[in-house]
Amino acid sequence: MFDYYELRCRECGKTWGNAPRSFCDDCFASLEVSFDYERLKKTARRENLASRPFDMWRYAELLPLPENFTPPDAIGGTPLVRAHHLGQRWGVENLYVKNDAVCFPTLSFKDRVVAVALTAARRFGLHTVGCSSTGNLANAVAAQSAQQGFDACVFIPADLEPAKVLNTAVYGARIVRIQGNYDQVNRLCAQIADRFQWGLVNVNLRPYYAEGSKTHGFEIAEQLGWRLPDNVVVPMAGGSLIGKIAKAFRELVILGWVENKSVQFFGAQATGCSPISDGVKRNLARFEPQKPQTIARSLAIGNPADGPYAMKLIRESGGWAEDISDPEIVSAIQTLAETEGIFAETAGGVTAGVAEKLLAQGRIRRDETTVVCVTGNGLKTTDAIISHYPLSAPIPPRLESFEALLDQQLAVPTVAGKGA
Amino acid sequence: MPIVIEIPTAFRRFTEGAPKIDCSAPTIAAALNELTTRFPALSRHVRDESGQIRQFLNIYLNDEDIRFLGGEASPLKEGDRVLLVPSIAGGS
Repeated sequence: MFDYYELRCRECGKTWGNAPRSFCDDCFASLEVSFDYERLKKTARRENLASRPFDMWRYAELLPLPENFTPPDAIGGTPLVRAHHLGQRWGVENLYVKNDAVCFPTLSFKDRVVAVALTAARRFGLHTVGCSSTGNLANAVAAQSAQQGFDACVFIPADLEPAKVLNTAVYGARIVRIQGNYDQVNRLCAQIADRFQWGLVNVNLRPYYAEGSKTHGFEIAEQLGWRLPDNVVVPMAGGSLIGKIAKAFRELVILGWVENKSVQFFGAQATGCSPISDGVKRNLARFEPQKPQTIARSLAIGNPADGPYAMKLIRESGGWAEDISDPEIVSAIQTLAETEGIFAETAGGVTAGVAEKLLAQGRIRRDETTVVCVTGNGLKTTDAIISHYPLSAPIPPRLESFEALLDQQLAVPTVAGKGA
Repeated sequence: MPIVIEIPTAFRRFTEGAPKIDCSAPTIAAALNELTTRFPALSRHVRDESGQIRQFLNIYLNDEDIRFLGGEASPLKEGDRVLLVPSIAGGS
């Protein structure tokens, strides 16, 4: 069967058909799925979406899926929240939060990428799948493997948050804890992919996996009424997501589903791991790898695979990259929760905090439409903020005790600094 | 004990299938030169047109990325292991 997509080298352009491989044997640059857009223009119709459920599979034609593909589950389809209160605080009229903190089934945008990677694993006859992960990806691989009958083996840094480890273990996945940081885990996985015939979703299945991120962008455009925003603020770890949102927007323009518009892409990192934002801010030709030290562990990749492409996109779009400190991350998590009722993981705090910083710098204009991408759920990183919320003393189950408590609290009006 | 350069599968078509190459170079740069002198076809895959190590080729000395160690000038000693890893992928 003729595929309407294949792997293409991002540097030399050589094509490699469809196979579990992530880099070009000639120049060692990474491969990307390249689509036959002329053919897609004839078959993919925006009207066809009307009868489909609101999940990531409604964009099936724009994903590298096998023929006769049957969607496994309702993954994606997350809310685009009109952030009135946060917008008021920041002085922005048209502010939105794309909320993948509630992505099904494991509460992060990684569910989208894994869903596409596993269809590729099945197509290539791979029975064991795995990944190198800082947590969210391992959760998604473990859950979807359990549901679809793959054996899962995930590799994680030994110091990962307990909640993220538990959220992988519960699905029965084999967990290999590595004494080292994510970049060391990742290097080991490159060697494992070289040695074993396994489907490591973010290594040898990475080109397919990465396409799943596009659905985050497709949904943003559709939820804005088939329009592109002026600005997007995206968290950066390996630097892939920001590029795939751009690719999604570009494809919608090619297909004529949205009007062409120049979108500015803004990248967000934690200062404790900021190789890409550092590269942008210092106008480096190549980013300098770093040793991560931040509470935003899901963004703690010191040697980002797509760093060069993220830097290029940010520069060419007229955007910028910024980073914030760990205390600023905590504060931004709290702001997002208190204004919009969204409990984001540390990476979401990074994105929100950086958006605020970019507004203050005037790099994002307050009169434009801005989307802030939240990619993971705060329930997985509670250890980062739990010390800010000490438990109150319990009271007896009696009305007079409650009244006494109220009197006591009214006498101290600034309880935890919260407003009404 | 010699210094061992570990060759990834993608490179082995240039090294007559050898998964490991022994050398006795004093630095990473010298080790790469030794490797590409012995297998000239590998040359353009290791360095780009300007002579720099290719952006998508990661080189490790024992467990550390050489960019944290002083790059190509990193000194080598007997028993060291040099690892070439094309295009680190990843994603959290």
